[in-house]
Amino acid sequence: MEIPVVYNTLETYLLIAALLLGFGIYGILKNRSLIGILISAELVLCAASVNFMAFNRFLVPDPVVGQIFALFIMGLAAAEAAIILSIIVAVYRNYKSIDPEETAELAG
Amino acid sequence: MTPLLTVEGLAGVVFFGFILLIIFGALVATNAVNLIRAVCGLALCLVGVAGIYYFLQSPFLALMQILIYAGAVCVAIVFAVMLAEPQGVQRLERAHPLAGPGAFAVAALMTWGLAALALRTSWPEAAARVNAGALEDVGRAMMTTFVVSFELISLILLVAILGSLVLARRGRRR
Repeated sequence: MEIPVVYNTLETYLLIAALLLGFGIYGILKNRSLIGILISAELVLCAASVNFMAFNRFLVPDPVVGQIFALFIMGLAAAEAAIILSIIVAVYRNYKSIDPEETAELAG
Repeated sequence: MTPLLTVEGLAGVVFFGFILLIIFGALVATNAVNLIRAVCGLALCLVGVAGIYYFLQSPFLALMQILIYAGAVCVAIVFAVMLAEPQGVQRLERAHPLAGPGAFAVAALMTWGLAALALRTSWPEAAARVNAGALEDVGRAMMTTFVVSFELISLILLVAILGSLVLARRGRRR
């Protein structure tokens, strides 16, 4: 049995990142709850990190830069998730729903 | 093509396993009606991405991915699901019948464009590396070259903690 070795080419990782971005955009557009949209946004951030790490591994002379960039993306994603989740909890207290169509009123 | 029963061949099998994990996890995360199931799909997908980081020669980042994303972020989302949907999950009917196919079309177009761009571009040859990119180099660069961004991200995390505390506390009085 033989198997193609694809994990040493840049294009494979770029394809994986494009796939993750596609799933993220699909989820953001399709989902009808704020938490579902947040989950899909995490997929998009992950796609960005994979892209940075792929270019870091195959093209960049200093392999530290991409790793630090991906680490900062992770920190920002954690902060963003915490903020969005507390906003969701506040929205739920006011509207008794997390459907984005129902939160159409600006002043509470 | 390499024979299956060599180190490279088995590593290739593990790599395909991680790709399958990513695709399956992302499918569950975007299509599940039950939000808890979607979070589990997200966790699967993020573990798969951690494996991809391992293949990109960064075991430290793979560890951080599992620790921060699959650990902390997913647990935080589960907490929000428990706080915001106490009567279980109600089915949200879609506003427009074209929402699903339209979203799929946009996402497929985006993915196809990016994939075609990645495959057609002739990428330059890899430059000579100035260090190994090991954990020691990462730590040194973080404390010297990138120290300002490091401090800024600490500040952002502090502001995020305070902001989420204030936001979540405000509704409680009413």
